[in-house]
Amino acid sequence: MTHKASKELLRVENLHKQYGDNEVLKGVSLTANAGDVISIIGSSGSGKSTWLRCINFLEQPTSGRIIVAGEEVKLLPGKKDELKVADPKQLQRIRTRLSMVFQHFNLWAHMTVLENIIEAPIHVLGLPKREAMERAERYLERVGVWEFRDTYPAHMSGGQQQRVAIARALAMEPEALLFDEPTSALDPELVGDVLKVMRSIAEEGRTMLVVTHEMGFAREVANHVIFVHQGRVEEEGNPQEVLSKPNSERLQQFLSGNLK
Amino acid sequence: MDVLIEYSPSLLAGAWVTLQVAVLSLLLAVSTGLFGAACKLSKIAPLRWWTALYTTILRGVPDLVMMLLVFYGGQVLLNQISDYLEWDMIELNAFAAGVLTIGLIFGAYFTETFRGAFQAVPVGQMEAGRAYGMSGWQVFRRILFPQMLRYALPGMGNNWLVLLKSTAIVSMIGLSDMTWLADQAGRTTHQPFAFYLAVCVLYLTMTSVSNAVLQRLERRYNVGVREANV
Repeated sequence: MTHKASKELLRVENLHKQYGDNEVLKGVSLTANAGDVISIIGSSGSGKSTWLRCINFLEQPTSGRIIVAGEEVKLLPGKKDELKVADPKQLQRIRTRLSMVFQHFNLWAHMTVLENIIEAPIHVLGLPKREAMERAERYLERVGVWEFRDTYPAHMSGGQQQRVAIARALAMEPEALLFDEPTSALDPELVGDVLKVMRSIAEEGRTMLVVTHEMGFAREVANHVIFVHQGRVEEEGNPQEVLSKPNSERLQQFLSGNLK
Repeated sequence: MDVLIEYSPSLLAGAWVTLQVAVLSLLLAVSTGLFGAACKLSKIAPLRWWTALYTTILRGVPDLVMMLLVFYGGQVLLNQISDYLEWDMIELNAFAAGVLTIGLIFGAYFTETFRGAFQAVPVGQMEAGRAYGMSGWQVFRRILFPQMLRYALPGMGNNWLVLLKSTAIVSMIGLSDMTWLADQAGRTTHQPFAFYLAVCVLYLTMTSVSNAVLQRLERRYNVGVREANV
């Protein structure tokens, strides 16, 4: 990979997203440097998940720029005010550098754990099978579910599935990991295991963008927190400061649990 | 019993014709069904309308009527075309007409089976494929298709059994399938009961073998869901 001396891995500039007349994102921006762990928080409907999903174009932004490791995603005006990706091959390549972890895990149901993890490294990155298997075993061990490698996802708990999903993301060895509310679909007693894994991979210096409701994670693990309200960045900064001394009234309300 | 033994080579030849018509019709029906399902789920509205028209008509007319229409009506059409082009008369082949009719009728049923099955695959499965850099074809081939089959197989099995039995109607357009041969032999020997019973047994054999194959296929594609311990 050819990224320069610059440590900037991901930049999102002035992103807008509109569904019909409803503007969900009204110009949001962020920059992630290598090793950054950025938490995006906000009430449901604030647009935080949409923001994340626009970064790898699971949804089409209405306007804005996205630059991954110095390479800007080429966009063209498309139908219905949406931007269209100009070069699908480029998008595919860029997506491999931004692995995503989903709220509902989205492990491929017809594949075993091991098959889930080697799938994209072999068929997208073109890794030889042996190397992909080595990676898979390493990362499964890393997230503590190695013993489930021959199991199908449906036979595992949500917490185990989400850890497999994290291993699947790590096995791409991406520039950055995108987490879309990774613990929201879990039973409360399973949240801890997943957070522990996320914390430990953050400590390895991986770059992470985490849309979350877990204030503990935002406070203790992230080095930057962004509070989104009604499609705008209402407040952002160092989590210790922002979360203990919020300036905006909205964030104060959100933290005290009145903004849901 | 003796007459059955005497006529058995003929009956078996008829069974072979039946199988050929059934398998070729199945191939046509499955490909038409996949194509039809893709059209029904397409973003392009006219494709959806044409496919809706196709499934409505082909599922709404009796098989036999459709077959006679294709065979006799098709011949008239062919005659007009060959007259117009001043060619010699082209004779519509009964085998081709049979396969075409049955294939297209069941293509309509398969269209509905596949459409439902495609829609049953959760969107998140495809999203994960795209998010990991797969091309549209890879998402289809490696994720959507194998998962769709799991939902489609019970319906496909049903369609196949009905299709196999529907092949009996080709005897109406003079194709020597086993039903036609049994009918002829029954008339000649004045023992229709024995011959129709033999045809029943032959059909039952074919459907039973089909059921066994289908069960294996279902088990294979249910992997990860039910009966995962293969």
